[in-house]
Amino acid sequence: MLARRIIPCLDCDLGVPDGRVVKGIEFKQIRYAGVPWELATRYYEDGADEIVFLDITASHERRATMFDVIKKTSEHVFVPLTVGGGISSLEDARNAFNAGADKVTVNTAALRRPELIREISESYGSQAVVVAIDAKRRYQDLDGRITINTESGRCWFECSCYGGRRFTGVDALAWARRVEELGAGEILLTSMDRDGTYDGFDIELTSAVSGMVRIPVIASGGCASPEHMYEVFRRTGASAALAASIFHFNQWSIRDCKRYLHERGINVRITD
Amino acid sequence: MIAIVDYGMGNLFSIYNALLKAGGDPEIKREPDFAGAAGIVIPGVGSFGRCMESLRRFQEPLEQRIAEGTPVLGICIGMQVMMEESEESPGARGFGWIPGRVVRLPEGVTVPQMGWNSLEIKRNLELLDGINPGDMFYFVHSYHCVPSDKTAVVATTHYGVEIAAVVAEENIYGTQFHPEKSGPKGLRILENFVRMVRC
Repeated sequence: MLARRIIPCLDCDLGVPDGRVVKGIEFKQIRYAGVPWELATRYYEDGADEIVFLDITASHERRATMFDVIKKTSEHVFVPLTVGGGISSLEDARNAFNAGADKVTVNTAALRRPELIREISESYGSQAVVVAIDAKRRYQDLDGRITINTESGRCWFECSCYGGRRFTGVDALAWARRVEELGAGEILLTSMDRDGTYDGFDIELTSAVSGMVRIPVIASGGCASPEHMYEVFRRTGASAALAASIFHFNQWSIRDCKRYLHERGINVRITD
Repeated sequence: MIAIVDYGMGNLFSIYNALLKAGGDPEIKREPDFAGAAGIVIPGVGSFGRCMESLRRFQEPLEQRIAEGTPVLGICIGMQVMMEESEESPGARGFGWIPGRVVRLPEGVTVPQMGWNSLEIKRNLELLDGINPGDMFYFVHSYHCVPSDKTAVVATTHYGVEIAAVVAEENIYGTQFHPEKSGPKGLRILENFVRMVRC
């Protein structure tokens, strides 16, 4: 049986040499957490099952910096590396793989041109394509949407793109099914209602998506403690839990989170 | 020196860096010339058929080195091509160093298997020194090896069915998982390989 994974996510500002890891709530109160490859190495040594780098600047001239970050990281980190942020073509994906990435995540570009998922999947295998879905609860205009019953009422979920700055009208649950058909190997599911709140994962959203698709779902948004990880693993079919700030600012180590989960019967990889 | 066979199917940084980290002296070989290689690694990228097409020109020098006793380690597809044939690419011939076939993962499990799975160890092997039953390794694959002679299977993992995770026959070794992506335990296997190559 596959272990549930714990994945630290590094949001990278690549406007400086080597880049820097940032964390801010809705792009306000930005804090700097460190140099990407150094932080990635620390998490690797602490037992991270995978590392996700998201380029929040995502401009063409800074893409090269991201590839340098990946190259440098792959000298020190021996778990899978995933790269996202501004991957908008097969060529962008190829450059990321050539730099040493094992997987890429796509969001905005895939919403604009869904065939991109198929193209990357056919060239590099479905395991190399992670589709990021940033989903926001909507309690109105339910007609024609896939809806679920939640504690706060019936709702659907709307996909956002450009890091949550724009909404698309796309039904996130329908989109989840579609991306699986197109050849996505995984879904990185972020709750825009929970992201940055530290209130825990959106269990209802994660449960709905992981129940609808056969590919692994990575739960994201709102994680502030190992209890939140335990809750998402116990109550949903999520394969992995992604978190950022709780690791960046030393609130919790990955090792302690895994020990907590292991003691409660969750199948995780324990490192010495 | 440990030669990494570069058959042009993708980046080899991970395995190169991991062998360096494990204390080895890797060199990427684009040409079928293994002079000076004390060990050889066949990395895993791509489909069985396409790999065999690109690997064919390496076959003769590889078999010569195997006959001389040089340890060879195949990773993922690099292990699968050591078998005779694969359901992934009907008609394509593998190297056939280990008798048996490669078949698709069973119905009812998500394909590919992607993630960390634990090992069950069937017998002692120097390559697995320091590896304990239950240790986890990183797998990414849609097909798996079924050797005709079960004693070739050194360790297994469970994913719908029992799957050969490590195979060995004399100086030929294969891992279905990626040791270069499997954290400290994966590096331990590469350290063992580096040590075996030096002896």
